[in-house]
Amino acid sequence: MEWETVIGLEVHVQLATQSKIFSGASTAFGAEPNTQACAIDLGFPGVLPVLNAEVVTMAIKLGLGIQAEIAKQSVFARKNYFYPDLPKGYQISQHTIPIVKGGHLDISLEDGSTKRIRITRAHLEEDAGKSLHEDFHGMSGIDLNRAGTPLLEIVSEPDIRSAKEAVAYLKNLHSLVRYLGICDGNMQEGSFRCDANVSIRPQGDLHFGTRTELKNINSFRYVERAIQYEVERQIALVESGGKVKQETRLFDPAKNETRAMRSKEEADDYRYFPDPDLLPVRITEKQIEEIRQHLPELPQQKHQRFMEQYGLNTYDATVLVSSGALADYFEAAVIASGNQTKLTANWVTGELSAALNKFDMEITQSPVIATELGKLVLRIADNTISGKIAKTIFESLWNQQGTVDDIIEKQGLKQVTDSAAIEALVDKILAANPDQVADYRSGKDKLFGFFVGQAMKESGGKINPQQLNELLKKKLQ
Amino acid sequence: MSLTADDVKKIAHLARLSLPEEEVALYMQQLSPILHFVKQMNQADTSQVEPLSNPLDLSQPLRPDKVTEPNQRTAFQAIAPQVEAGLYLVPQVMEGEDNYVE
Repeated sequence: MEWETVIGLEVHVQLATQSKIFSGASTAFGAEPNTQACAIDLGFPGVLPVLNAEVVTMAIKLGLGIQAEIAKQSVFARKNYFYPDLPKGYQISQHTIPIVKGGHLDISLEDGSTKRIRITRAHLEEDAGKSLHEDFHGMSGIDLNRAGTPLLEIVSEPDIRSAKEAVAYLKNLHSLVRYLGICDGNMQEGSFRCDANVSIRPQGDLHFGTRTELKNINSFRYVERAIQYEVERQIALVESGGKVKQETRLFDPAKNETRAMRSKEEADDYRYFPDPDLLPVRITEKQIEEIRQHLPELPQQKHQRFMEQYGLNTYDATVLVSSGALADYFEAAVIASGNQTKLTANWVTGELSAALNKFDMEITQSPVIATELGKLVLRIADNTISGKIAKTIFESLWNQQGTVDDIIEKQGLKQVTDSAAIEALVDKILAANPDQVADYRSGKDKLFGFFVGQAMKESGGKINPQQLNELLKKKLQ
Repeated sequence: MSLTADDVKKIAHLARLSLPEEEVALYMQQLSPILHFVKQMNQADTSQVEPLSNPLDLSQPLRPDKVTEPNQRTAFQAIAPQVEAGLYLVPQVMEGEDNYVE
């Protein structure tokens, strides 16, 4: 039987605020345990949570970024459950009336088409603390620094049909929240966390199958692997006469499998009710408009503009707009290159990206600055250097051995365009290889490459290839 | 609408209250009238009424995003039953049951 995969994603975006959602404690990552957990985060009696203005602004930005409806009034609720890293015995979240309703994100599929993934809602909530399971004499250690950190949970509709689509959606969302400046996107530090609801159904069936919820999939690679494994597991289970159980499953990257964590049926009784400590959050149309006017250019708009303004293909545009910093780098380089858009794109997505990957660096850490890369492209375009020599210069730039023009000057890498000099060199090569010349003239066309190779070798790759070709052809006639 | 003994036990479990077996019947008796009262309220026609999450007709005050809380770990941990290496110690959480925010 043909099976269809149905996926819905829940993403917890940690909002990039200085202080917590309901208290003035710091949210900085990596502090000594419990040094950033104040009386409100610890749930001491008599404390009053007060909402951070910035989280409201950030939620509105996300809402505008996904063309959603911003609720004029949203309500915080208590979600009740007991766990040692949740000091109050409840998590403050939004339940029946979230701040962001509806919206969508478009993803590009492999065949070049676009698919719209609907978003159900996005709501504000606080994070829990962290339990450390190393053995403290039969006890667990609790660090509450993370308790009260602001999260925006973004829930998609079950519109996703494969692990690849899930990754595409996540990458787009990841890019969007960084463009909006509402999240640092650091997945290793847990700033962008994903849970996936996965089910299967016979192709063409309109009913949803029983779903499992996958957790601990906090890298794009894990998301893809975990979903692929889970889909195969469910198909094998159903085809051998079994039934999928609704449960939460944990992905184990070392074993590349998911395993049951807890059964959902009992855990789901959270007894939500409106938090009496917090009043409804009211947002005015004016506030929304002000934020809308200050929104930066978003990835999709930039993608469109890059294709129109620079004549790039969809692949190059997608790579370049994947982060705002990379897009800015490209635009600065294009200016320095004298508007060599395609060649600059090739260098940014090719040589530069490869070097960054090799050393596991971000574009912001690149030792080659945008204006120098642009200059390098300019020197190729104006025939000062050949494309081959440019790679050598790029290496020197990477090792910070000076500017493009310095390196060309100092290392004597200028392309030879003086036709007299090229002619002399060609004459020398032809004189040194009389047999090959004879063979070429008797019809062995392939030998042309041999002469080009010899000339390039002799000149250290510095001859202008077009001029060389023309002269060689003329002399060999 | 009356609660069963199992309902009462489940509610007690969710609230992590220990309920002696002999008291289950008593709570069934005391809690059921509360539900009757809720059922009675449910009969009121509220189709024209905006949901009310708070009786105060005010909106949530906001605070600027500034760090205002100093580190007071020493004071907080002085009243904790057990601490080590800056951590609060609690009875062991079962392995593999780490908490993930839902």
